[in-house]
Amino acid sequence: MPVINVDDLTDKDKALMEVTQLKREVQLQRWMTSKCCEEIKDYIQAGVDEDTLVKGISEDKNPFKEKGGCVIC
Amino acid sequence: MAAEKAEMDALKKECDGLRAQIEAARKAVNDGSMSASAGGVEAVGRVQLKLRKNLKGHLAKIYAMHWSADSRQMVSASQDGKLLIWDTFTGNKLTAVPLKSAWVMSVAFAPSGNLVASGGLDNICTVYNIKAASPKTLRELDAHTGYLSCSRFLSDSEIITASGDTTCCLWDLETGKQKVVFTNHIGDCMSLALSPDENSFISGACDSLAKLWDIRSGTCKQTFSGHTSDINAIAFFPSGNAIITGSDDCSCKMYDLRADQEVIGYQDTSLNAGVTSVALSNSGRLIFAGYDDFNCHIWDSLKGEKVGVLSGHDNRVSCTGVPADGMGVCTGSWDSFLKLWN
Repeated sequence: MPVINVDDLTDKDKALMEVTQLKREVQLQRWMTSKCCEEIKDYIQAGVDEDTLVKGISEDKNPFKEKGGCVIC
Repeated sequence: MAAEKAEMDALKKECDGLRAQIEAARKAVNDGSMSASAGGVEAVGRVQLKLRKNLKGHLAKIYAMHWSADSRQMVSASQDGKLLIWDTFTGNKLTAVPLKSAWVMSVAFAPSGNLVASGGLDNICTVYNIKAASPKTLRELDAHTGYLSCSRFLSDSEIITASGDTTCCLWDLETGKQKVVFTNHIGDCMSLALSPDENSFISGACDSLAKLWDIRSGTCKQTFSGHTSDINAIAFFPSGNAIITGSDDCSCKMYDLRADQEVIGYQDTSLNAGVTSVALSNSGRLIFAGYDDFNCHIWDSLKGEKVGVLSGHDNRVSCTGVPADGMGVCTGSWDSFLKLWN
């Protein structure tokens, strides 16, 4: 793969690159945002009960807890 | 001269036309926001995480950190010229890697745990074997013409880098050569993240755009706009179908890949500091965003509300990371400390 040095690109090269890229992007098939948001919400709901940072963790199962000393439960 | 100008004007007109078409296509599918879908979801309530460990050892600003795939070891990089590899369960330092250049901006742990990579103002990505008796330089990847802002290993034989020279690059570690160069940003690339399936990656840059790339073909598949300043941080939503960005414009955004647009933004008038880093909890419900205001603020990704804050650093939070098992969050700061919270 040839190495492109951006410093060597002329303004015309950059404009051509931009047009090529936009032509690629304009063809994208886009999904309805409502469907996408539902899927994101569903994904989160399916995993949130196992999400330690949301649900918390008990002292004895916490790998990061400080060791040593007295613990008053 | 006139012919050249006419040509440039024609190209510009073509670009404007294509952009207008893309905006129209995005608008046409925009039939509902995240607030509509998340309306019925229970609020998470106030998220109050406790400081579990304060890792002291660096002598200068910490610029980057990365969790090992084992969710136990973690590597941090500081402009004191060292990488430190930590056992986060005990707080012990396992290895120190002295750097040739102290101006480090990025660090990465290979999934195998055998290698780490770092780079910065030297424009070089240096890969170290940390399983040797003492850390040994395996490769110096030298071809970028700008600073190394971020790197991520695909395996022990491939790594992707992002650079201030506006390109990203896929390298072959066996030969030390560039395999694919990803060119399309018009500003310094600041951050990159690999998709869960490792077929693509996303980059955030100073042109305020985020781009999705196909790793093997080198093509830019999608471009996401909306931020009004440099994008410093980028991460994939765990499903791989959305991305989260953090910017100097003081906001974070979630863009859905299939809808090809922003679906929700995270900003607050009281927050006037740039975002330096982002990380998500395992379900994707919480976004941990490090800011220049010395805090890491926690956002509810569905509701777009701030639900907590990790305070304690005495300087900018420069890096944030959640390990693969999702058991905690690590923040690193210019105050030279790393903190572990859960």
